[in-house]
Amino acid sequence: MNGRRIAFRNARLIDPANGLDVKGGLLVENGRIADIGPRLFNDAEPSDPEVINCQGLVLAPGLIDCRVFTGEPGSEHRESLESASHAAAAGGVTTMIVMPNTDPIIDEPSLVDFILRRAAATAKVRVAPMAALTKRLAGEVMTEIGLLKEAGAVAFTDSDRSVPNARVMRRALAYAATFDALVVGHAEDPELTRDTAVTEGEFATRLGLPAAPALAETMMVERDLRLVEMTGARYHFGQISCAASLDAIAAAKARGLPVTCGVAAHHLVLNELDVGSYYTFRKVRPPLRSEADRSAMVEGVASGAIDVIVSSHEPQGADTKRQPFAAAAFGAVGLETLLPAALTVYHEGHASLPHVLAALTSAPARLLGLPGGTLSKGAPADLVLIDPDEPFAVDAETLRSRARNTAFDGRKFQGRARATFVGGECVFDRARG
Amino acid sequence: MTSSNSAPILKSGHLLGIEGLSPIEVTALLDLAESYVIQGRAADKKTALLRGRTLINLFFEASTRTQSSFELAAKRLGADTLNMAVKNSSVSKGETLIDTASTLNAMRPDILVVRHQDAGAAELLSRKLDCSVVNAGDGAHEHPTQALLDALTIRRRRGGFENLVVAICGDILHSRVARSNLRLLAMMGARVRLVAPRTLLPAEADRWGVEIFTDMKAGLASADIVMMLRLQLERMGGAFVPSSREYFRFWGLDRAKLAYAKPGALVMHPGPMNRGVEIASDIADDMDVSLISEQVEMGVAIRMAVLDALSRGLS
Repeated sequence: MNGRRIAFRNARLIDPANGLDVKGGLLVENGRIADIGPRLFNDAEPSDPEVINCQGLVLAPGLIDCRVFTGEPGSEHRESLESASHAAAAGGVTTMIVMPNTDPIIDEPSLVDFILRRAAATAKVRVAPMAALTKRLAGEVMTEIGLLKEAGAVAFTDSDRSVPNARVMRRALAYAATFDALVVGHAEDPELTRDTAVTEGEFATRLGLPAAPALAETMMVERDLRLVEMTGARYHFGQISCAASLDAIAAAKARGLPVTCGVAAHHLVLNELDVGSYYTFRKVRPPLRSEADRSAMVEGVASGAIDVIVSSHEPQGADTKRQPFAAAAFGAVGLETLLPAALTVYHEGHASLPHVLAALTSAPARLLGLPGGTLSKGAPADLVLIDPDEPFAVDAETLRSRARNTAFDGRKFQGRARATFVGGECVFDRARG
Repeated sequence: MTSSNSAPILKSGHLLGIEGLSPIEVTALLDLAESYVIQGRAADKKTALLRGRTLINLFFEASTRTQSSFELAAKRLGADTLNMAVKNSSVSKGETLIDTASTLNAMRPDILVVRHQDAGAAELLSRKLDCSVVNAGDGAHEHPTQALLDALTIRRRRGGFENLVVAICGDILHSRVARSNLRLLAMMGARVRLVAPRTLLPAEADRWGVEIFTDMKAGLASADIVMMLRLQLERMGGAFVPSSREYFRFWGLDRAKLAYAKPGALVMHPGPMNRGVEIASDIADDMDVSLISEQVEMGVAIRMAVLDALSRGLS
């Protein structure tokens, strides 16, 4: 490894962090980006032994996926850090931010350390853990945010649960602010959504499914925005799904509150009708919303009101998904479809390619304080080579993820990762399969 | 009265808080206390200043330290003292505070020392009783004799308060000691800092003319005095801080954090201490930096001074 040089030439370099979109070359040395520029390796083949001709394809920072559920520890039969990392690499994702709702729950500094060690030993891509915001995710007692942050937790979240008790949330936010720690919230009123499966509306009524109104999300968004205003905590809504939530967050941002939000890629592409005839692979949390909400999410990405796009990768097995819709588990795998689904925003003309890539690279890096997400000199050589136009159809059978519960089986997309590099090492090459 | 100098000191006739005291009153009490430090170190510690007077200790919250300090102070001044054990009284059988006050009033005490879990209790009693009332701690409001004894301890070591940097660290939110101390120290010209996690800082504390820190090292930088507060055990269970080990790691006073304070900085604690939670044992026991034993001694002297001062207004 030491002293190893890799030359990328003839690439379209897109680095949203530096506002760069230019043809040129990039040099990797010792796992870091050593040089980048429009004239690099332009005229002559560089003398370095390893040269990659990008043939005009996009070379961008590797994707940072802020919302990945794996089954490790506790449910490795669904997904381990290792199996998730293969899916990530194939999707152009070089950093997975893993959620703490495992078994045991990551609410203890030694468990943060466990995740980091397991990932270093087994995963092909970088892994950064979030830790629980409350012990046992019970919403009652805050975790040791200071010690967990020192152990390497990049943010604090109760995963797919909100903290129902406003007093607990107030104190957890105030305590997190003490350490300038990022809190990632899940906005869903637990009572309005209890035992529900889909979003409330005409379609749910026709299907006869138990449904929750979209305002179950917006109410919690508004509550947490008030608490953020009071406590000064840095707060990120892990994923939102409806227009009213976005309006509330955009207004809060305009008032200068330290808030950001994400959207799951499937909420950019699918709406409530895609549940179709009780298709449980499209049972996700929050549920697929109305077409008006879906298009508001797309507009939110385009305007920058939504900061990051996530996969919300959630592996489930046949045992949990081959069930009547209301009884089936929530969640869909998404690491391998994150980029293609996000690129629909570009292909449909809502935003430029660099703008969409920013929501997958520089924005999450800035949010979490990670060193990657950029092509700056000295940054880790976490890179993805993208053919932004390549048409393909998703085939669940060929997914690298151990679980195959994709919401997009058979779906035609345009654009995906050709090759992925972590620290200059090639971890995925589509040509080699 | 047999006081050698019977000029009035406390014009209200009560000591309900530092709020309402003037710097002149504080200085007079500290000066008076100096003479009682000397008396407390003599072989014959007793005078007859309060002979014939009755002092009642009415403690709704248990406090061995403060109650015995008041009792000793009163006895050294020759007063008769009565400790009302609330646990065994009609108060625990549902009697209201006002009814208790009426009953006590009928016994014609001269001074009532009261500690109560509710803010404002001493104030309420002072309006219902004919005697002088001393607040020995009311909820999270005030504990004036603690602040006065801390001031006496500081003044004896540092000569005064002007521009002294005092960092008050820990559970400010629930602390009457912090409130009384910051009132007194700010009044006397010290620069007060509050150091705590945000969950233990009261709302708009910055409006008190103090500096607020959440980082202990920054808060202790160049401090002359480090005043640690007790973290109640019930606050550690996750409601305000997640655990005692995390609390000690970030806000417990150990050698490494104390090194950020001014060389020769002195450490105070109102007691009782939680060793290994808010303070490391080796600091608590280090006589070169810890004033904790001295604070207890000054406590008796300052309470003698307060009782003396109040007695001057008694008919």
